[in-house]
Amino acid sequence: MSDLAADAGPAQRLGSRLPPTAALLSLAVLGFWILAALAGPALLPHGPADFVTDDGFAPASAAHPLGTDYLGRDMLARLVAAARSTLAISLLATLGAHLIGDTLGILAALRGGVLDQVLSRVAEVMLSMPKLIVGLVVIAVVGPSATVLVAVTAAVYAATVFRISRAIALDLVALDFIRAARLRGESMGWLIFGELLPNMLPLLAADFALRMSFSILFMSNLSFLGLGLQPPAADWGGLVRENLEGLASGSPAALYPTLAIGSVTIALNLLVDRWGSTARPREALH
Amino acid sequence: MSAPLLRVENLVIGPLTGGPAVVRDVSFSVSPGEVVALIGESGSGKTTVSLSALGHIRAGLAFRGGQVTLDGVDMLRAGREEVRRMRGQVVAYVAQSAAAAFNPAFRLNAQVTEPARLHRSRPPAAALAAAQALYHRMELPEPGRIGERFPHEVSGGQLQRFMLAMAMVEQPRLIVFDEPTSALDPTTQVEVLAAIRAAIEGRNAAALFVTHDLPVVAQLADRIVVMRHGRLVEEGPARQILDAPAETYTRSLLGAFHRRGAAPPRQPDSTARVLLQARGLTVGFGEGEATFLAVDRADLTVRAGQVVAVIGESGSGKTTLAQAIAGLCAPRAGGVVLDGKPLAGLASARSRDERRRIQMVFQSADTALNPRHTVERILGRVLRFCFGLGRRARQARVQELLAMVQLRPEHAGRTPRELSGGEKQRVNLARALAASPDVLICDEVTSALDTVIADEVVRLIARLCYERQLGVVLICHDLPTVAGLADEVKVMRRGRVVEEGAPARIFSAPQHPYTHLLVSSVPQLRPGWLEEAIRLRAGIQEAAEGQEAKVPAL
Amino acid sequence: MRRGLGRLLATRLLGAGAVLLTVSLLVFAGGEMLPGDVAQIMLGEGASEAEVAQLRRQLNLDRPAPERYLDWLGGMAQGDWGVSYTTKRPIGEILPVRARNTALLTVLTVLVAVPVALGLGVLMALFAGTVFDRGLSVLLLGLSAMPEFLIATAGVLVFAVRLQWLPAISSVSPDAGLADAARALALPVLTLSLIIVAQIARMTRATLVGLADRPFIEMAQLKGASRLRVLLVHALANAIGPLANIVTLNIAFLVSGVVVVETIFAVPGLAQLMINAVSNRDMPVVEACAMIFCTTYVLLLLAADLFGAAFNPRLRRSAR
Repeated sequence: MSDLAADAGPAQRLGSRLPPTAALLSLAVLGFWILAALAGPALLPHGPADFVTDDGFAPASAAHPLGTDYLGRDMLARLVAAARSTLAISLLATLGAHLIGDTLGILAALRGGVLDQVLSRVAEVMLSMPKLIVGLVVIAVVGPSATVLVAVTAAVYAATVFRISRAIALDLVALDFIRAARLRGESMGWLIFGELLPNMLPLLAADFALRMSFSILFMSNLSFLGLGLQPPAADWGGLVRENLEGLASGSPAALYPTLAIGSVTIALNLLVDRWGSTARPREALH
Repeated sequence: MSAPLLRVENLVIGPLTGGPAVVRDVSFSVSPGEVVALIGESGSGKTTVSLSALGHIRAGLAFRGGQVTLDGVDMLRAGREEVRRMRGQVVAYVAQSAAAAFNPAFRLNAQVTEPARLHRSRPPAAALAAAQALYHRMELPEPGRIGERFPHEVSGGQLQRFMLAMAMVEQPRLIVFDEPTSALDPTTQVEVLAAIRAAIEGRNAAALFVTHDLPVVAQLADRIVVMRHGRLVEEGPARQILDAPAETYTRSLLGAFHRRGAAPPRQPDSTARVLLQARGLTVGFGEGEATFLAVDRADLTVRAGQVVAVIGESGSGKTTLAQAIAGLCAPRAGGVVLDGKPLAGLASARSRDERRRIQMVFQSADTALNPRHTVERILGRVLRFCFGLGRRARQARVQELLAMVQLRPEHAGRTPRELSGGEKQRVNLARALAASPDVLICDEVTSALDTVIADEVVRLIARLCYERQLGVVLICHDLPTVAGLADEVKVMRRGRVVEEGAPARIFSAPQHPYTHLLVSSVPQLRPGWLEEAIRLRAGIQEAAEGQEAKVPAL
Repeated sequence: MRRGLGRLLATRLLGAGAVLLTVSLLVFAGGEMLPGDVAQIMLGEGASEAEVAQLRRQLNLDRPAPERYLDWLGGMAQGDWGVSYTTKRPIGEILPVRARNTALLTVLTVLVAVPVALGLGVLMALFAGTVFDRGLSVLLLGLSAMPEFLIATAGVLVFAVRLQWLPAISSVSPDAGLADAARALALPVLTLSLIIVAQIARMTRATLVGLADRPFIEMAQLKGASRLRVLLVHALANAIGPLANIVTLNIAFLVSGVVVVETIFAVPGLAQLMINAVSNRDMPVVEACAMIFCTTYVLLLLAADLFGAAFNPRLRRSAR
């Protein structure tokens, strides 16, 4: 028996499909952070900007379960406040990227011709620049702020999303049910909302989750480099940067935001891996 | 009788994840030198059984019980090394699609001689010589050099013969053929069948031949095993099964075959109203020197209540012709006239009503129906779009349409995924009918269906044509499917209509050599057909090429 | 084959050139959009108007933008990268050293990571579905979903703070020998390698396992080929193009990793130079660095594309 299974070879069980427990755990992690971001600040006794201890990097105590940061602010309050900004900014940026990318991608696939040519060229140029470098140049010009962070992240990922949604739509447009609808003379609206989107949604949803995790990594990198949200406001990447020097002296303050980022991005990736995008083109990498 | 070479006993194979078995308690045997045909429709489990002879179970399936003994070796329990030794040397496999079964990265010679290399049975030079001798016997051109090519550099029929050579190079005692000809055009099929016949004969090699194609079986098999839903239905000597089948299912299989082409003769009414005419329709691709005419000056008249069948092999331009009539591609010259009114080339330039009146039934129901919509939504959309029907009226009309294509009312709530192939094709047809068209263009609508189902679908189309006085254009690669149902047949080759006329006349007295070739390539149940076809074709082919050369170029 | 590939190469090179020109235009336009007067910024609030005007002339700021764009482009081609706003010195003086360090970092990473990643990917494909494969899959998925600075921070914590094996700061002096530089770069290279190994190994596995579904693989098994032979000969021969493509792409994607790692370990490379310039809004330096990064990136993407095409078996022709 075992021999038989082995003979079927690698084809036996292809995907690295994870057990449902991993997916449930991922959902729980995401749910926890969303709840924390929504309700946390109202429930906690300290504000993220309140100085609660005289010295920085105070150890964990009953009053401050995660200790305090380098300036003596409550780390738990900081972490929860940062959850709010991190999730809000990455969600807005991902929404923006998908709104722009999906609309243009589907239009390009359906219309073809000059529109497709122009949009594809623009996307190609945008994808020919490393995303972080684009972010750095833009921030060098206009300076860092939350708005800039959302706009830059949305812009750099819009081109990627465009590529992906265009490819998915092109695959569908070649199918006979779309040709039948076109032959009938259906409007663009029906073609998009009636025929294409119902088939694209699962793939786009998977990409949304993946894209959101990339957005979090992207903005965390910028903030970590000191080019994201500016103090006293901070997202998780910013918290790591602020408290990094505490690591050498044994303060775990920088670890909490790091773990927060890791838990959210890994959970998103596990979800996508489970409910799989079959379309995971190379652009999905970063 | 000598001891069987292959013995399958009470074989049970089921999904890895559990659930009903796909092969249930199947037993049969193959003696040395014997050709056993395993026939059944898709999903009957015949391929799974045949692969077990090589000790192979496909991904997702698991061996549950029974025994498969080949030359004394228990193939499903033997160690991996022993199974490897058996493969290639004692048993070889010929897959359905040669195009997919050859590794695109290696030259043909390397792949054909690989079994010899794997088993170190003889020096490479000897293996190559053996391969080339086989190429020669298979009548492959330039047997000394053709093996240096890559798989994508030879034709489909040639590739299939290379696979035969690959199976035979180690002179195995059993060859398993998995539908080796069903992906081929009829004229190519005859060539490959001839090669298979040559391969088996005179070597005392046994063969297990998996197919759904009865005539192929009739030409090659000593014994026939019929399978359905994973079970063995009946088995016996070939002639007995073909002439006097015991089981109802076998009879229905044979019945569907005999019915093909046999229909009550109808008197085509040449005064029937002309619905659509195509005149000098020419569709081309490319410019200047590179111009390729997919359809070259085709004429076509469609009358109410009549079926015009367009027959041709792949690349003949028949599908392009259908698309040009439907307005999916623009003609370079000529045009289409609907009810006396000339139509624009592209559908987008035609009026809404003109588009409604010509409906296309696409080839593959799998891609022609939106997988996310229910049948009700698919049909309802057309009703709303074409006639602006309200919800109530739509529901009622959907039920009428389902009845028209012989589907049950509850099918309305299902998605295409929940339908069988035949049911999907009926929905596909119903969608075209929903527009209440004058002309129905059916593009190879049966090519993905099993014989019995295909026969039913074609009959349904013909019946709707007569009852509703539709004009039907039936695009098909298979002569017998349309023979009894069409009022007129057009034979296409390389973009041109080479012959047209009443089907009875075309069948009995083909004028053009190519039509003759096609007619003679239609597989038949009677013994000796294959020999006749092979003998005929050499002469015919020459004549066909000659005729072609005489046609003046544009 | 030769002709087909030659034409492909020509069109792709032209395409890459056009893309780079557009990129340069965008980068230059970015610099132009910086609010305020550059000469004023450079000289500070206290400068007199005459001084500012003189500097403007010196920097050619009084000439129209298209002219300055062409000058900038021509200058870059000749190794003249302009003058830094903050140090007031020619950028060309510092670039070579910085570029050398970044190149060293990247090349070392590729040498370490690529063989490891391909090996892991092949092993995972060979043992697809086993505990080994599943465990490693989850581990690598986690690794590739983590931000670069997390891996780097963990590296510092373990190797520099706890074990004290390696220096936490990778100050590479310009005259340091290659061996010294390599030791200083050990931790950054390790960090970057982890990032890239995760991606390449996962994609290698996916490519090989994807091939396992193809009928010609089943055919090879049915001819009696061993599993190892099926994977290493039949599957790999078709995977070379995709794998070369994957490896090259991942090297290109290393850019953001390099930026973060150079910052954390204080590697005096191009990325660190660029980050400082961004903080100081030193546009000429930002522009120079951006152009170097973008050019390298575009060339790597081009190489990835060409690798994919060059090894496509269906484009191969037998000599006839």
